[in-house]
Amino acid sequence: MALLQIAEPGESTAPHQHRLAVGIDLGTTNSLVAAVRSGSAEVLRNTDDQPLTPSVVRYFADGRVQVGSAAKATQAEDPENTIVSVKRFMGRGLADVARYGALPYRLVDAPGMVRLQTAAGVKSPVDVSADILKVLKVQAERALLGNDEGELAGAVITVPAYFDDAQRQATKDAAQLAGLTVLRLLNEPTAAAIAYGLDNAAEGTYAVYDLGGGTFDISILKLTRGVFEVLSTNGDSALGGDDFDQAIAAHWRKVHGIASADMKDLRRLLMVAREVKERLTGAPQAEAEVTLRYGQSLRLRLTREEFHALTMPIVQRTLVPVKKALRDARLTIEEVKGVVMVGGATRMPHVQAAVSALFGQPTLNNLDPDKVVALGAAIQANALAGNKTGDDLLLLDVIPLSLGVETMGGLVEKIVPRNATLPVARAQEFTTFKDGQTAMAFHVVQGERDLVKDCRSLARFELRGIPPMVAGAARIAVTFQVDADGLLSVSARETGTGVAAEIAVKPSYGLSDAEIAAMLTAGHAHAREDAGLRALAEQRVEASRTVEAVRSALAADGAILLNDRERQAIEAAMQALEHAATGDDPAAIKSALAALGAATAEFAARRMDRSVARALTGKRIDDVTTP
Amino acid sequence: MTRNFNQNHFALFGLPVSFDVDAGALERAYRELQREVHPDRHAQATEAEQRIAAQWSTRSNEAYRILQSPIARGRYLLHLNGIDTAEETDTAMPVAFLVSQMDWREAVESARRARDDAALDRLGREERALRAALVGELRDALGRADWPAARLCVRKLRFIEKLAEEIDLAAEALDT
Repeated sequence: MALLQIAEPGESTAPHQHRLAVGIDLGTTNSLVAAVRSGSAEVLRNTDDQPLTPSVVRYFADGRVQVGSAAKATQAEDPENTIVSVKRFMGRGLADVARYGALPYRLVDAPGMVRLQTAAGVKSPVDVSADILKVLKVQAERALLGNDEGELAGAVITVPAYFDDAQRQATKDAAQLAGLTVLRLLNEPTAAAIAYGLDNAAEGTYAVYDLGGGTFDISILKLTRGVFEVLSTNGDSALGGDDFDQAIAAHWRKVHGIASADMKDLRRLLMVAREVKERLTGAPQAEAEVTLRYGQSLRLRLTREEFHALTMPIVQRTLVPVKKALRDARLTIEEVKGVVMVGGATRMPHVQAAVSALFGQPTLNNLDPDKVVALGAAIQANALAGNKTGDDLLLLDVIPLSLGVETMGGLVEKIVPRNATLPVARAQEFTTFKDGQTAMAFHVVQGERDLVKDCRSLARFELRGIPPMVAGAARIAVTFQVDADGLLSVSARETGTGVAAEIAVKPSYGLSDAEIAAMLTAGHAHAREDAGLRALAEQRVEASRTVEAVRSALAADGAILLNDRERQAIEAAMQALEHAATGDDPAAIKSALAALGAATAEFAARRMDRSVARALTGKRIDDVTTP
Repeated sequence: MTRNFNQNHFALFGLPVSFDVDAGALERAYRELQREVHPDRHAQATEAEQRIAAQWSTRSNEAYRILQSPIARGRYLLHLNGIDTAEETDTAMPVAFLVSQMDWREAVESARRARDDAALDRLGREERALRAALVGELRDALGRADWPAARLCVRKLRFIEKLAEEIDLAAEALDT
């Protein structure tokens, strides 16, 4: 029977204090950090009192790193050490990057992901992104904590919806490297939909057209009473505002006969191209002066008509994914209630015109296209940190690209189809090709094409120890699991004998946890000591979070779902953990955490069971009032 | 696992076991269930609870997907009655049906090569009409517990689904 609960003397029964969590839009051109403060989401300003921090990182020979507007201002002086638009390199190889056009960097080929040779050494795109995130972290801590002691509970980092597993994993690695706790990777159009939907109390089917500096996404969402259900997503993770700059720069080089440009000239041309592009949004024509090497001075002009003619093919390229997404969602254009425009590049009039012509309605531009993603991420971060809000929001997102394995003849067998709602798990059985075959190699790929060579290779692994049988007798079940971040893990098992292999799909391009730990400690004078203290601090935070979670679960359901003996076992494990957390051995805390986990597993299952029963029988007020 | 986790997909959403599903009721039940079990709702819970939440959320996504689609729902109802539709392993189909499928494929391919939008639209409409008729047959067969007839309908619908994919691919090719 249910007993009333009374707290220990001195122990607070009040709800936990507000946890500080931020949303970060790690953009190709600019990055932003936002948080929910006194009930509403706002973008936090940087040290220049600006909401947008340019995603530009400059490396100096003495190891100094400069991020933001100062680095942006000097990019033409030191182009090869000043990395702009690094997001386009995340999870990408040298061959992919070569397609972006002429770039003023010393690119280094490396397995999995391209590297950049700088004055401060070879940098991976993950390193460069982590340097941007570190600055945003400091900015958030200063704005939210001031001089108070304390820590951020974590961050929601946004990624383009069309990012594949390699790009997502690289982003998560960068955040960890910057010392951020990643609450969730959130798709940018979904983040924008949250901000838009909550602001406008929108209901129905909406399209979010998100053209950023380097990536393009289209997502179709159904909004129903705080539930944001993504029906389909599509895009091009190598198409964005930068391509318009490239088109202008290439045009000028042709017109003015600039056959070979060095890195500085290239950077100058791209900068002037961007400036002119932005001015053409408000003016019918624009011109700018550029001084190239050897003092050659050029007056560069462009009219809006010329610009539109030059770049209309790029705009048209965005409409193909839009049509695919509608087809995947089984929707006609008439069924879309509104089209939300996101990303700075959607300010261009011919982009607006093309999108509204396709949908047959004016586009929705009432939110700042630069800020809306960060604001949505902040709202989600606040909810994930456990701060109760009145919005009661739930996101149901999808995987953008199909996942499969290589089969005979270089063909792809799809296991998880694109647009499957996350989290998802799918299994597929395979069998041996030869008599007595005892091992099987798996090649995991992502993409829509039928041939392995046209898809992205994610990982390779082997299942060994299959008992010798005749060809076709073994039954190998391969299971793909994709979590709410859109990240894949794969396991394989011979069902007769139970021989198993499991991999997190990381090795071919991602960083192992050990590598991240090594990178975190590299270069510090007291590296080893710092690493130990950090591990202890992390375990203590985890211990206190877990104790709080168990205590609130016990308060809510302990009396109903547990008998005295079960409750005592959980309380004993909790006390053991609290005791371990007062010591300074991270391993002891970790094992006490595991023991508490084991002690609460059955309780957690019963609680979930009850929640499920409640979902089906409990009547929500809005269900009662609608027919 | 607990009692609720192992119940059938219909019971999971509080619906009667039947081919005729109230789409609105299914959608509402799915959303209410995800509101309780989605990993985002348990981000600050213990690890055990997060793991269970992920399993439940995965399970309800899978059940929702199956109940939403008439062919998957039909296949699942047959499975509940111990009938395997064996679409991967048993390739024997009525000859007339296979011949009509080949004709369809050829029509789609020639429309694609001719970049004939109107022809593709027409094929799409015909495919949807054929699919609707087969779904009707499936409903009737399941209603009178005629498992062999229902099984054949599901197997035919599998071909129609593949055909629909080819029409989509051809339409995509014309977009570019």
